[in-house]
Amino acid sequence: MVRYGGNTTCIEVRTGDNDLIILDGGSGIYPLAQALMDELPLVAHIFISHTHWDHIHGLPFFNPLFIPGNEVNIYGGYDVVAQKGIEHALSTQFQYSYFPIREAELKARIRYFTIGAGETVRIGNAKVTPTMMNHPVLNFGYRVECNGNSIFFTGDHEPHWNIYDPDDDQFQEYESLINRQEQTIFDGMRNVNLLIADSSYTLEEYRKKKGWGHGTFDSSVRMARQSGARELVFTHHEPTRTDSALEHVFAGILEKYPREGREFEFHLAMEGRVIEL
Amino acid sequence: MSDELAKQLEEMIARMPAFPASVQRVMQLTSDISCSAKELVRVIEHDPVMTLKILKLLNSAWFCLPRKITSIHQSVVFLGFNTIKNLALSIATLGTLSNKNAAGFDTHSYLKHSLSTAAIAKLLHQKFNHNDFDASDCFVAGLLHDIGKVVYAQFNPGGFAQTMELSRSKEIAVFRAERQVIGADHSLTGALLGEKWSFPHFLVECIGEHHETEKPGNEMRDSVIAANQISKTIGCGQRVTGKDSELPAVVADRFAMDLDDLIEHLGDLSAHLDHATAQASILM
Repeated sequence: MVRYGGNTTCIEVRTGDNDLIILDGGSGIYPLAQALMDELPLVAHIFISHTHWDHIHGLPFFNPLFIPGNEVNIYGGYDVVAQKGIEHALSTQFQYSYFPIREAELKARIRYFTIGAGETVRIGNAKVTPTMMNHPVLNFGYRVECNGNSIFFTGDHEPHWNIYDPDDDQFQEYESLINRQEQTIFDGMRNVNLLIADSSYTLEEYRKKKGWGHGTFDSSVRMARQSGARELVFTHHEPTRTDSALEHVFAGILEKYPREGREFEFHLAMEGRVIEL
Repeated sequence: MSDELAKQLEEMIARMPAFPASVQRVMQLTSDISCSAKELVRVIEHDPVMTLKILKLLNSAWFCLPRKITSIHQSVVFLGFNTIKNLALSIATLGTLSNKNAAGFDTHSYLKHSLSTAAIAKLLHQKFNHNDFDASDCFVAGLLHDIGKVVYAQFNPGGFAQTMELSRSKEIAVFRAERQVIGADHSLTGALLGEKWSFPHFLVECIGEHHETEKPGNEMRDSVIAANQISKTIGCGQRVTGKDSELPAVVADRFAMDLDDLIEHLGDLSAHLDHATAQASILM
């Protein structure tokens, strides 16, 4: 029995006015699309953290795209290597070799918005602001704020690490640049009610996966502490971990960071879990 | 600069390849998935074309950054090492700048002069301003101060060849020959491009005012101007004579000494120059 779920990243956010914001279009967007069928026609705002498959490959299966009357707005960063905007994430997948329906045949009204770090997008009463994180491709963390409540989702993020050794001349300079960038990230997620953070690895696993672009349970705890988050959700579970193994790891984290020493709650992300702020 | 000319230059820069050995080294390093980040960064930050292209991209409107990106280190911290690695790889796939080009552009001498100017500018900044942090910015400014020459050599090879010939036969500085042949000089063209690409103001100033400066400028600009002259005087660039071989008065005032005294004050530069020459040779 699957307890935590095996779909890739997709987070539904509902504002106080019931505006629909979706963070990432991983395979989790398919069950979400099924649940949305009662609400048609709809307006969806999908914010893509980055364009690796596990965060976009659910998009072609987002049924509202095929139905007239719906409006789907897709937001994301500029792909500096391909030198293309966020429309590239969808058009690449709707090529006929990979999918039977062409992009031109989609019936919903689709709009793309390529946005920059720190550029706030207003959705009704809500504000969504991207922050540049650290991953092998450009990755935005998103802060969503509405009526005094706020969440921050990191997308995939590995804490910055110094490429120099401590006795290299450049070490200090690089270290101060890292500190400045980390400060920008903490500022972007300052005092949120809920922080949803990439916690793929344990510290031991991370040693072999440094540079892969993912965080650890420990780095997420540090991030929550530094930024003053009130609740932390560990997400992006290592895909080879079974539910039992995940619980085992989590038990170790609970032991390492007991409730009485923390200013915030933390728990594991679970498919279908609803958190009200 | 007219829109049409700017567009042509933009397209030319997009196609402009980097220096042969850095291209080769980037290919070599990136063929290993776990290649050393600091080794690759070292190759990129010593190649004027790669540095130029990465700074151009990072300071573009796509990122609307509150603070300008002024060095490759900052680019790596901001965009992540893997993205910079792939950018370097995509530049490397454009081919290499050839030493046998229609412009007769001597890429080895160019690199040697740019790298030595960068190293000396950084040293001057550290010695006179006691500021290590901006020293990297000063290195970048020294590395890119003559970038307009690469643009001329690529964009107007005939004009560039004529310029070099005139400079040699009449023994005049290259920028004076450029003004006669092309109607503008490399410092002006480099600065116009830097401005268009939203480069940091200090960098545009260092590129645009490194010849015939009369107005006072910032410390970094003066370090680059002095480094440019020192590099030529000690044999790392084309020697010039007369007024063009001296420090402009505003720069001499800054350091409170003339060129010879400044060179003497810096002491033994051989370690820095060996490094620049070695890097230029590696990059060829």
